[in-house]
Amino acid sequence: MIKLNVNGKRRSFSGPLFKRLIDVLREDFRLTGTKEGCGEGECGACTVFLDGEPVNSCLIPVAHAEGRKVETIESLANAKKLGVMQEAFLKRGGAQCGICTPGMVMTAEYWRRVGGSPEPEAIRNVLAGNLCRCTGYQHIVDSVIEALGRRRKKARGQKA
Amino acid sequence: MEFLRPRSVREALETFQKTPGALALAGGTDFMVGWNMGLLNGKTVVDLSRIAEWKGIEAGKTGVRIGSLVTHAELQRHPLIRREFPLLVEACALIGAIAIQNRGTIGGNIANASPAADTFPSLAVYEAVVHTASPQGRRAIPFLGIFAGPKKTHLRPGELIEAIEIPYARPRPSAAYFRKVGTRAAQALSKTVAAGLLWLSRGKTVAESRFALGSVAPTIRRARKAEDYLRGRKLTAETVGRAMDLVEAEIAPIDDVRSTAAYRFAVSKNLLKEFLECRPR
Repeated sequence: MIKLNVNGKRRSFSGPLFKRLIDVLREDFRLTGTKEGCGEGECGACTVFLDGEPVNSCLIPVAHAEGRKVETIESLANAKKLGVMQEAFLKRGGAQCGICTPGMVMTAEYWRRVGGSPEPEAIRNVLAGNLCRCTGYQHIVDSVIEALGRRRKKARGQKA
Repeated sequence: MEFLRPRSVREALETFQKTPGALALAGGTDFMVGWNMGLLNGKTVVDLSRIAEWKGIEAGKTGVRIGSLVTHAELQRHPLIRREFPLLVEACALIGAIAIQNRGTIGGNIANASPAADTFPSLAVYEAVVHTASPQGRRAIPFLGIFAGPKKTHLRPGELIEAIEIPYARPRPSAAYFRKVGTRAAQALSKTVAAGLLWLSRGKTVAESRFALGSVAPTIRRARKAEDYLRGRKLTAETVGRAMDLVEAEIAPIDDVRSTAAYRFAVSKNLLKEFLECRPR
């Protein structure tokens, strides 16, 4: 059996240690927000945080999450309120079919948390491993700019 | 399947001795792709990820020693690596995207021996040395001596990569060059990938040049003939042109899903030209 922390809760898993993290999240912990796209680490749909860093959960045996902190898309919102990045995707039309969206939002959220640049080039670079077949990316980049802009506005507001 | 998880180098070596034919797992970015496709069913897997001794970066007097389990993201962040080995940092930033860089390890990348690996041209021009451990003892293998062919190394069964040692480039090079040519700006496998270091003497002649190309032969290639030819010469249109011709004779690209041999010949020569003209990008 291994222990890990998922979205702030202590969890244990007693199945096969080589089961993929994405399958453990979806099947054992019923966290179905994380999607599988390619299963080869190319598309980024399954992106979650492992100790705060974005990773492809389809390429991680659950054993590698032992004793570590896993965060999924479910951790960004509570029952009443969406996270900043989710709000921005909603406002700017950053989601279409929705399969890439949880991974897209997670990588973008990482960028927000580390204080990443709001330049479109920088955003496109950090999202390079998250593929979308619907939107053509412009709305996604706009969504991330929107979310990062809110952060800056908020920071300015606090100073004043 | 059997899944074994040694906690120390000694345990890992013993594990491989007891289970010949077992597969080593590090960051899993390549391993898991095959696993998910069912290509590795029934194999015994030895997870090296708990070996703490292989996770550090140590600065020495003449060079740096990078533990084999150091990730591409960690290399990019490390101040000493950034200062001394910018070509390695550039390469690591172009391996897949951030989620891959957070998991993939330098040792795993080498053991995997892809002819298209993005770190290889940089490690080749910095003349890295690969340190291995096996039940028979330890070995230091020059970087280029590791590779036997596509996805094949000269590592013996049960021999594991412990660390990669890279000597500081002294005197500091006059120019350093890295370029990956892919279909897309990021998250694309290379059609061709190149790195170069150049030292010019006072008289503007070439004191030393090192140029390496990936994805154009079964293994990473140094352009030795071009390097030898350029030594002591001034860089003119004529000498650069001659060096470009020499490169052509040292590579053996193929047509594959990512590019054609003809394109790779042309782009390899042009990359050498761009490097020698010191106009990176």
